[in-house]
Formats: sequence, C-alpha cells, structure tokens
Amino acid sequence: MSEATRLSHGKVRPGLIVTWTVLFIGGLIMVSPLAFMFSTSLKTADQIYDLRLIPAAPTLANYIAVLADGRFMRWFFNSTLIAVIVTVSNCFFDSLVGYTLAKFEFRGRYFIFLAILSTLMIPTEMLVIPWYLMSSQLGWLDSYWGIMFPGMMTAFGTFLMKQFFETVPNDFIEAARVDGLNEFQIWWKVALPLVTPALSALAIFTFLGNWTAFFWPLIVTTSKELYTLPVGLSSFAVEQSIQWEMIMTGAAIATLPTLLVFLVLQRYIVRGVMLAGLKG
Amino acid sequence: MATIELEKLVKRYGKVEVVKGIDLSIADGEFVVFVGPSGCGKSTTLRMIAGLEEISDGTLKIGSEVVNEREPKQRNIAMVFQNYAIYPHMTVRQNIGFGLYTSKLDKAEKDKRIEEAGKILGLEALLDRRPAALSGGQRQRVAIGRAMVRDPSAFLFDEPLSNLDAQLRAQMRIEIKRLHQKLKTTTVYVTHDQIEAMTMADRIVVMKDGVILQVGTPSELYDAPVDVFTARFIGSPSMNLVRGRRTASGAVMAPVGDILIGVRPHDLIAHATVTGSNGFTVTGTVSAVEPLGPETLVHLDVADTSIIATVREKFVPTVGSTLTCEAAPGDLYLFDASTERFLGRS
Ligand SMILES: Nc1ncnc2c1ncn2[C@@H]1O[C@H](COP(=O)(O)OP(=O)(O)O)[C@@H](O)[C@H]1O
Ligand SMILES: [Mg+2]
Repeated sequence: MSEATRLSHGKVRPGLIVTWTVLFIGGLIMVSPLAFMFSTSLKTADQIYDLRLIPAAPTLANYIAVLADGRFMRWFFNSTLIAVIVTVSNCFFDSLVGYTLAKFEFRGRYFIFLAILSTLMIPTEMLVIPWYLMSSQLGWLDSYWGIMFPGMMTAFGTFLMKQFFETVPNDFIEAARVDGLNEFQIWWKVALPLVTPALSALAIFTFLGNWTAFFWPLIVTTSKELYTLPVGLSSFAVEQSIQWEMIMTGAAIATLPTLLVFLVLQRYIVRGVMLAGLKG
Repeated sequence: MATIELEKLVKRYGKVEVVKGIDLSIADGEFVVFVGPSGCGKSTTLRMIAGLEEISDGTLKIGSEVVNEREPKQRNIAMVFQNYAIYPHMTVRQNIGFGLYTSKLDKAEKDKRIEEAGKILGLEALLDRRPAALSGGQRQRVAIGRAMVRDPSAFLFDEPLSNLDAQLRAQMRIEIKRLHQKLKTTTVYVTHDQIEAMTMADRIVVMKDGVILQVGTPSELYDAPVDVFTARFIGSPSMNLVRGRRTASGAVMAPVGDILIGVRPHDLIAHATVTGSNGFTVTGTVSAVEPLGPETLVHLDVADTSIIATVREKFVPTVGSTLTCEAAPGDLYLFDASTERFLGRS
C-alpha cells in the first residue's frame, strides 16, 4: 500500500487534493481524443457532428465495413509485419551491440560509442533524403525492406541497452565464462535475462514507434498494397470525401495491437524491476 | 584433481606490475589460502589461474600441463565469487545445474549430481526456490554447489565469505573446510581475513604488494614469521612491537635498541599482584579495557607506543592505573630494527 493511501485514512492533506485534481484533469485531457475516437466510430455518417460522447444510436456497422474492406486488412497486416520484424531486430542487435560496448574492453570502444551516440543528434527529417537516395539506388523503393531498413537498429536502443548492461555485475559474466559458456551463450543465457526491463521498454518503444510511423513509409511506398496502416488511413481521408467515422473506426482498431503489446510487456518491466533489487 | 604450479607469474596493467613474479607449487588435494591486505594482488593471481586474466609473464601449469594460453573452460576449474554470482532469474536447481550447462553428461546424471550437491550442502528443500528467497549463506552454498557439480580439477574461491555476517562466516568456514576434507579437491582460497587463513589452510601464502612474503602451514607462520609484516598480519589482536636490545638472558625494552621485540597479546599477561618475574616485563598506563568473558584485553600506553596485554584472572584494571605485564621466556619474537626481518625467538 502506498504511503499516500495510508495517510488518507486519517486527514487528507491539501497538497494531495491539488495533486490529484491536476492529475485527474491531465488524464481527462489525454483520454478525451481517444474517447471521441471510439464514440465517433460507433456513429453513423450523419451523426458525426453531433458531439455527444454517448452516441444516440450506437452501431457496429462501421467496424463491419472497415474489416470487410480488403485494403484495410492488408495495411493492418503490413504494419504488424513491419513493426514485429523491426522490434525483434532492435531487441537483438541493439542489445548485442550495447552488451559489447558495456562489457568488453577493446581499442576504439569509446570512439564507437560516441559515433553511435552522435547519430542521435541528427533529426529524422534530415535523414529522409539520404535514405531515399540510398533506397532508390539500391532498388529498395516501394518494398517492405525499404520501409524497415532505417529502423532495424537504433542508436537510442543501443545506448539504452548499454547503460543497462553496465549494471550487470561482472562476476555474473565471469562465473559463466569459468563454467565454460561461450561469449554468445553468456549474453543470451546470463546477461540478457538480467536486463528484461530495459528490453521490454525497448520493445514497447520500438513497436509503438513503428506502428505509428507515417512520414517515411509514406515517402518510400507508392503501391497501395505496401501502405502501412497510418499511411493507408490517411489515404482514406484524401480520396473519399473525408469519411470521419471510417477513419475513426480504422484508428480505433489500430490502437488495439499497441494496447496488447503494452499490456503483455508491462509485466516484464515490473518483474524486471523487482529482479534488479535483489542483486548482490 | 590436479597440482597447480606458478612459475615467475607476472601481471602487468600497462606499465604497472601488480603481481611481481611469484613462484608457488600447490600439491594435489591441498587447501592453499592466499592472504594479504586489500590490493596486494591476490584476486589478480587467482584470476590468472582461472584464466579470466591474461598472464603477462611466467608459466602456469595445471596438472603439469602449461595452460597459459587456454580459455577458462579448457582449464576445468570452478570458481566461487565474493558476490555469489548466482542468477536471480533461475531457481536454485537451475543455478546449480548451470555449472553443467556445457557438459556432455546425460540428463539423468546431471540431475543426480544436482541432487547430490543439494544434499551435501543442505539445500534439498530449497532446490525449487529462487535466490531472492534465500539468505546470504544459502546463496553462497548455491554458488559452491554450482562449482561442485562440475567435479573440477580445482576450486578457486575469491573472498567467498566477506559478504556474510560474523556468525555465518564462522559456520561457513567450517562447512567449506569439511567439504574439502570430503572431496579432496585442490583448492585455492583468497581472503584478506587472517582468521579464515589460519582456520582453513593446509598452507598459507602471505602476499604483499604483488610478492609472496611467506609460505607455510598456519603454525609455521604463527611461530616463525619471516618479518614484522607477516608477524603482525597473522594472529589477532596483532603482535605488539617495541624497540629493545638483546641481553644475556633474552631481550629488554630500550628506546634506541637495534632490534624490535614482538610479543603477542595472548602471551603478554598482566596479573593483579606483581610477582617476581623471570621473563620480559612491560609497565604502562591502562588506556582501555575490553572484557571478553574468559579474559580481558588491556590496552596500555608504554612510552610512545600502545600495546595490548591479556588478563586471565577475575580482575579488571581501571583506566589510568599503572600495570605491569610479563611474557614468559621463549614467547618473544625478535626482529632486526632496520630490515624488519625475523631474527629468532627468545
Ligand atoms: N583491470 C585493472 N586495471 C588496472 N589495475 C588493476 C586492475 N585490476 C586490479 N588492478 C590493481 O591491481 C592491484 C591488485 O588488485 P587485486 O588483485 O584485486 O587485489 P586484492 O584482491 O589482493 O585485493 C590493485 O592495486 C588494483 O588496483
Ligand atoms: Mg580481491
């Protein structure tokens, strides 16, 4: 039980009331667009400018229409495939490089680390043109790989994993080395399980980032079959005479995987934090 | 099981030599304890034996084979670390079994060894727990279990007990010793605690600043330390040292003498009533008393040094009083005042 709740059994402190009020208003502001999104997705076209939160005559017709639309399913599939592959790739390569930078001594280690870190300072907008030129020269335009390659490894993920691997005691690694594991086995069996919180956080960030990515997929794809969900949904808005209820329905469905990913991985973050407490 | 031989073993970090060419021959089945102050190179030496640290110079032989260039896993040694290094994400059983991770044994044999180690170490009931649910002593036992199941040619311990409280430490000392008597595996044990060294070792290796000062059995070290450092390091409380000079019958205190007289607090006895003495006597002012039950330690200011004596009788001297204590003939250790080398007993 938190200290705040225990205190509230007696007198509620005025500071607490202010805090809770501010948090409550903040929460309301954050949730309201989502609430309107769901609400709109349950309305018919002629109701959408009726801003009541509870639709007068809720209907699932929009969901049926969107799910029956083959394009939507295709984009959903594309987004899922890309987000999963990129997430797995980041969890693997970022942590492998992060581990190497954290736990091995070699010439130029610090320089490599700085070089990786320095790429964090370049905004994506500046990279889009080089990425595009590179894709076009290598024939990657309008392909899954073209959408994925810039994100297969990230400097941020490498940095995050390096920082966490540094907290893994060397004794753990050396004990495994004496027990005869090779370096890859040590990373996989010993070091990686000890940084699951960081790994889960990285997986969530990466999945969300790729799931909602819009700018680069829009630029690199031309054929509709390769659109990701955000790009596809925005094309809904452009082509048809903006069907808000359809866009909101698509968006509502699109939030589900992110919720799922978060709910599944969040457990590991909590468990990982507990694990970290018993070292030594 | 195997012998371990260190020949002119050197470790350099850059230009700094931290282990300065040490020679040591460890017999098969022997329990050798490296002892010395923090930073003297004990861990570095042990890690060179384990293969975790590159050997800068010299030769290391395990079982008469030169292993300088071998990876840790090819040396077939097991190591127990100060921080236990047992994995929080695995159960006790998995942790102990981890020692066999790369072994070619079949599953049944592995399980048998794990059960056996669990039994010997009193962990049977805990095999399916996670380390979080274990006490410090139990965790260290798990680490020992992981080393045991491998049936290695040698055990290496690096200060395995320093994270435990005093009582548990005393208990684990005995357990490790007993385990060694049972398994008879060559063991190299590193500690900065001379009590651990005295109680556990077949032979003690005293190190200081990257060199070996003395190698010997606990009683050899206690009775004939090579120099002042070893003499003060072995035994607790530390040996008293005063300046003095030789006499026909032994030695006496003298402010400008050419020798150092060492006498262990244990051998320097204060009595309630002074009797005619035939040995070495010291008189000083009591500055503190530490009643321990069966005896009392008395801190005395003598000239400009402080020494510790023992009272065996049921009397506790008052602070500030003057007290004379004596040591029997033969209980003195004499050292050269300039070189601090041991000259002999008197
Ligand atoms: N990786 C390292 N780089 C430089 N110096 C080191 C390194 N490891 C240990 N040392 C130095 O070597 C000396 C011996 O260390 P160590 O063997 O750990 O001492 P002990 O175990 O006896 O306390 C110390 O002075 C320490 O500072
Ligand atoms: Mg050490």
